Amino acid sequence: MAQFFAYITYKDGVADDAALELVSAAKKLSADSVIAIVTGSGSKLDTVCNNMTASYKEVWKIDNAALAYPNAEAVRKALVNVLPAGSIVLIPHETFGIDLGPGLSIKMDSAYVSDAVDFEGMAGTTIKIIRQEFGGQVSTHVTCDTSKGAVITVRPGVFQPDESKSAGGKVVDKSGSAGDLSVSRKYLELVAAQVGDVDITKSDVLVSIGRGIEDVENIEIANQLAKAMGADVSCSRPIVDAKWLEKSRQVGTSGQTVKPKVYMAMGISGSFQHVGGIKGNPFIVAVNKNPKAPIFQVADIGIVANILEFMPVLTEKITGA
Amino acid sequence: MEILVCIKRVPDTAENEITVNKTGSDIERDDLVYSVNEWDNYAVEEAIQIIDKAGGNVTVVTVGEDDSEEVLRREMAMGANNGLLLKDDAFKGSDGKGVAAILTAAVKKGKYDLIFTGAQADAGGAEVGGMLAAMLDVPYASLVNKIEILNDKTLKVGREIEGGNQEMSEISMPCVLSIQTGINEPRYVGIRGIRKVASVEIPVMSASDLGVAAGAVGDAGAKVKRVDYFVPALGEGAEMLEGSTEEIAIKLIELLKAKGGLK
Repeated sequence: MAQFFAYITYKDGVADDAALELVSAAKKLSADSVIAIVTGSGSKLDTVCNNMTASYKEVWKIDNAALAYPNAEAVRKALVNVLPAGSIVLIPHETFGIDLGPGLSIKMDSAYVSDAVDFEGMAGTTIKIIRQEFGGQVSTHVTCDTSKGAVITVRPGVFQPDESKSAGGKVVDKSGSAGDLSVSRKYLELVAAQVGDVDITKSDVLVSIGRGIEDVENIEIANQLAKAMGADVSCSRPIVDAKWLEKSRQVGTSGQTVKPKVYMAMGISGSFQHVGGIKGNPFIVAVNKNPKAPIFQVADIGIVANILEFMPVLTEKITGA
Repeated sequence: MEILVCIKRVPDTAENEITVNKTGSDIERDDLVYSVNEWDNYAVEEAIQIIDKAGGNVTVVTVGEDDSEEVLRREMAMGANNGLLLKDDAFKGSDGKGVAAILTAAVKKGKYDLIFTGAQADAGGAEVGGMLAAMLDVPYASLVNKIEILNDKTLKVGREIEGGNQEMSEISMPCVLSIQTGINEPRYVGIRGIRKVASVEIPVMSASDLGVAAGAVGDAGAKVKRVDYFVPALGEGAEMLEGSTEEIAIKLIELLKAKGGLK
């Protein structure tokens, strides 16, 4: 059986939640053992490696100054040199995994499946995987021939983290095999997110608007509802792409992570990137004219309606009450 | 500057509700409205803005059928100079790697400084750009939301990463960039613009024109295959409020009061 690896992403010496989710993901494929692989440089790398030995029997460490910042090109080169041919590599599907995974699969000459949301098992060398298409509106089963290995990115948050921490593993230093890590894309700096006029991460109640708002002029309808409710207005990605609201108002993995008590999803379909930005288990009310919108699967209360008709009525009932 | 932008014709999710057909073999395609993949449209706009400043040409390319010509023409109406359709029965059923292999062959037939893809398309793979770059052995950056030309060999690019932060890098050309939405504001294309390019001939290249071995792409070459479409059994899901708009609003207000949603 092919050897499974889990690529561990981390920030400031603390592994991302996905690190323990990948343990569960690999178990679902009845992987006999999955090896954690961690790249970086110095003491923070060591901290992560040592912590991972609680959850992985073996933790491969690649320490190199060129890996101090997770540059996908450098990481790819290191992995290609260190991983055995035919490996099956699991990587969290976020902005780093998207940068790393496709090219890694080409250089490993293996198959690539992105954004797996579940595994249905492995028969011989074929893995059956569940994915989503059209922003989560439909799901698909796909088969992946892993006879020459595979790179699979796994959506964060879909597998339960394995908290057993009973692996009692060891760190194996593979730094000597990393090879030449020179890159043609050089990391310069991080530009921090802009701070807006309202800090939606501090709001208790959010009226959040999506494509259903249809026109920039209709945002005033949401503003009035928010005013009546004592709420702030946030939004999904298309509203920021259209430059109708500031980036600081965007909820989602590429925007702000919010933790309100009540979240009003108005005309938001509910892509996983958007829902990924809503934490703290708020009371979610979804209003959408598409009864099949994925947002209804995560909402507590659903209403099938056109928000442009529904919001004014709600505002009126609140202010008149 | 010669820029190639890889685009795709997809069902427009803003115009359609996507449902699964009776057998689960496909989505329901009757009456679907198609358009150019949203991310690709930003990529084409970015390419046009670059050549407006630096000079050069933008070529739009797609792997598809005859009906994909309409999206090539739409992007030419925006301002792309050339279109190219890669079409062959042998291409059908390609996985991401197959599409990247076909595009790689097309890139090698030309001479491009920059190659753009959309960050993702309808299947949400976000993979063809990264594969194309690796096959061509050129640098790559995904989820690009800023491009600045430093000199004739180097760009400064911003990648959109978690939490609204932006990762800035220097990248040498030729390179492949996958473009994120929001990088610019794609221009409007009117009927007149489409008419102007309606009769422009769009060259078509087949597997043999490209020198692609038929067995390496398409269904025959695919390691990843879609078996079916389905709608997952719903979990508990939302409690749906029904009734007249006023009745629903009144019920909702009670619920919101109980949950602290009204001050």
